[in-house]
Amino acid sequence: MPSNKTTGAFDGPADNDHTVSVAADPDLPLLWVLRDLLGMTGTKFGCGMALCGACTVLIDGQALRSCVIPVSQVAGKKITTIEGIGASPVGAALQEAWSEINVPQCGYCQAGQIMSAAALLQAKPQPSDADINAAMSGNICRCGTYTRIRSAIKQAANHGGANK
Amino acid sequence: MNAVTRELVTAKALSRREFLRRLQAMGGLLLVADGLSIARAADAPKYGAEGMEHGTIDNPLVFIAVGDDGWVTIVVHRSEMGQGVRTGMPLIVADEMEADWTKVRVQQAPADEVKYGNQDTDGSRSTRHFIDPMRRCGAAARMMLEQAAALSWNVPVADVRAANHEVLHDKTGRRLSYGSLAKRAAKLPVPQASALRLKKAEEFRYVGKGGVPLVDGHDIVTGQAQYGIDPWFKDMSFAVIARSPVLGGTVKQFDGKAAAAAPGVLKVVQMPAPVAKATFHPLAGVAVIANSTGAAIAARKLLKIDWDDGANGSYDSDAYRASLQESAHKPGQVVRESGNLDTALKAAAKTVEAEYYIPHIAHATMEPPCAVARIIAGRCEVWAPTQAPQATREDVAKHLGISEDNVTVHVTLLGGGFGRKSKPDFATEAALLSQALEGRPVKVTWTREDDLHHDYLHTVSVEYLKAGVDVNGKVSGWLHRSVAPSLVTLFNPAADHESGGELGMGFINMPYDIPNLRLENPAASAHCRIGWFRSVSNIPHAFAVQSFVSELAASAGRDHRDYLLELIGPARKIDPSSLQDKWNHGESPQRYPVDTGRLRGVVETVTREAGWGKKFARGHGQGLAVHYSFLSYAAAVVEVDIDDLGQISIPRVDVAFDCGPQVNPERIRAQLEGAVIMGLSLAMFGEITFKNGRAQQDNFHQYRVMRMSEAPSDIRVHLMPFADWAMPLGGVGEPGIPPIAPALCNAVFAATGKRVRRLPIKDQARRST
Repeated sequence: MPSNKTTGAFDGPADNDHTVSVAADPDLPLLWVLRDLLGMTGTKFGCGMALCGACTVLIDGQALRSCVIPVSQVAGKKITTIEGIGASPVGAALQEAWSEINVPQCGYCQAGQIMSAAALLQAKPQPSDADINAAMSGNICRCGTYTRIRSAIKQAANHGGANK
Repeated sequence: MNAVTRELVTAKALSRREFLRRLQAMGGLLLVADGLSIARAADAPKYGAEGMEHGTIDNPLVFIAVGDDGWVTIVVHRSEMGQGVRTGMPLIVADEMEADWTKVRVQQAPADEVKYGNQDTDGSRSTRHFIDPMRRCGAAARMMLEQAAALSWNVPVADVRAANHEVLHDKTGRRLSYGSLAKRAAKLPVPQASALRLKKAEEFRYVGKGGVPLVDGHDIVTGQAQYGIDPWFKDMSFAVIARSPVLGGTVKQFDGKAAAAAPGVLKVVQMPAPVAKATFHPLAGVAVIANSTGAAIAARKLLKIDWDDGANGSYDSDAYRASLQESAHKPGQVVRESGNLDTALKAAAKTVEAEYYIPHIAHATMEPPCAVARIIAGRCEVWAPTQAPQATREDVAKHLGISEDNVTVHVTLLGGGFGRKSKPDFATEAALLSQALEGRPVKVTWTREDDLHHDYLHTVSVEYLKAGVDVNGKVSGWLHRSVAPSLVTLFNPAADHESGGELGMGFINMPYDIPNLRLENPAASAHCRIGWFRSVSNIPHAFAVQSFVSELAASAGRDHRDYLLELIGPARKIDPSSLQDKWNHGESPQRYPVDTGRLRGVVETVTREAGWGKKFARGHGQGLAVHYSFLSYAAAVVEVDIDDLGQISIPRVDVAFDCGPQVNPERIRAQLEGAVIMGLSLAMFGEITFKNGRAQQDNFHQYRVMRMSEAPSDIRVHLMPFADWAMPLGGVGEPGIPPIAPALCNAVFAATGKRVRRLPIKDQARRST
């Protein structure tokens, strides 16, 4: 079995900001490295084609779809997943707003939604509705929680999570 | 969703073979009601939860544990898929037992209906069926704790009372915590149901108020929630399966050498051949098991499989639609008739007719079908996001050839269900693949392509309506033909008519005040797996009837709301059996009549709240629809803004909803908000088509689902007040869906003058140039 040793930094609730070495096929999408090889299952599979956003993670702060990114491309980069996003003020503010507004229904897409929202608030601490649409329309919610997601992003922004 | 479960109940009561024999003898018509009456001819009819297999259990020792540390653990035996049952059910128990919500933990029951009662989470009935048993559990636990305190103090039990996780003795000011009473209380006899003191409604602390955080909310937002796709073991393998692209197809031969040699692949395994009845049996195919799902997906592309398509290899949606249309224009099996329609149509001042088409729709749960299984010493453990725990357990046992006692099904959170996960084929697949790996843990994941290609799809339907109206536009005669393959074909491939349950979803039980009426159900056959999709046959029936009423109003030059209210007629309580609906969602016709007063109520409320009658600029308008389903009443006003290119935006949707008493109003609102988006989504984009027996849509670029930028930013849910808690509960999860598509299309008409009679809308609002 051909394998390539790839090293990246993975955030996790138990051991934040540590470096992980993993033996994997270089073409294997990051999503499966996280979920299947490392057992970090907070990041979800939804489509495998970067169409639904369930697998969104931050790579050096940018929201990207881990289902289409070969693990070889993230060597040496800082990866933040839903398990670690709460360590940042923006992430914590979003999680708090999500909980207060009771955003989730089934909840399966919400990890990806929160990761996209975190990247948005990092870039634009006070996003407009158009900004929210642009940042969030890559994330599908089949239960239809969009109105509450929008409210939660605004609440997190207003509580200054992004400015802390 | 009720339909098939009732049929399964019947099937089990009779034995499947006997059931099918009778079914065929009856020609499949009204099979649910007839089957049940045969099955239970000797018994009084059982309704509601008691009519479900394994009924209800109200033993507090099964559902409640109080720890020495004061934590109260409440068991939830129904599946959580976003409807809020893991919050709502414990909230009922906690309230009745005077528990403090902040000291309550929730535990999910494994599959075991003998122990917990019916677990089929479908038919919008968890709360309506289990509110009473859960209240009895809670009250019994409270009384046992009170009894324990009274014994501790040696005082009459009448002098003590439970309040907020303690028992108090008011005369002396003494108090004992639930934790300190736990051991003693657990040894006391459980009070008889007749001795239980239930709370009065004004004493409720949580029921009807909610105000509690979601049980799984924190885990979800921190990535710790466990769905069916999430169990992970260090020695786990990961599988995907190449399944027959055509229903009933088989593997003639295959070459798995290249796949087996691909990076990370452990094994290539052929799945068992299909059986004649689709049921929940896995499809024929070839599985690739690897050290990651990604490796398995990549290797699957290297499989060379020679398929035998079988009898459904020519299924073609265009040709099938034409055949449904042809059937819809010929007389079909009459399922309800009153007055004399033919005479009425001849005498009518005018006739109006229209034909509607509603395609196959895929559930597309965000978590695709998936499951984990392992087998240790002859015992199989399955982790599955299943709406049907008991069927999962039975099917896994049957396929492994072991007894049910040796199968444990852990019910995980469901990343969306919508009816798809009532069919646990994916769990059986995981069990079979674990067996192929000598019992090692295997996770099966369906890719999105697998999900769309092999779903148990929503039926496909042509609905033809014709009405005779008098000079004032009042309807004197009404003909409705509904033609759609039945989901009963899963269990009886020869079934060619809608079952009683499907007919009873807004077709046969249409309650309008029309003197001459005939409802017909011509035959249709199925060529793919048809299954129940959130609100099931209510989708096509409501779309057709509510679009047609709008057409009649327009034809008469009348306001749609006024016309609709006249058609509904005065407030009255209609016995469903007088509408030939013997099913009535499995509920007692006396307890659950069709109440046209409540139907009027939601129409009046939603139009008032939405500002019905507002004047809009060209390209802008409102549409209205109302529908009764799952014993609840829902009306919607959708507002659209359509630009010169026909691009539809939907700024606002109002919904009025009457489900009777509301246990957790916050989750009811959430369900209705979600139903608006899902209803709009299916109306705008939802369609699976077939060519050469194969589903044509691969992923979300071809099977579109509404996105945030397309969704209304303003959804207003108006919950109707209810008289009191003696009123029977209606369903919540499904009834929000049916009125949305017709309300949207009626809005498109109001804005553009164009009628949409074929779903999905796609670009039909585009003006022809």
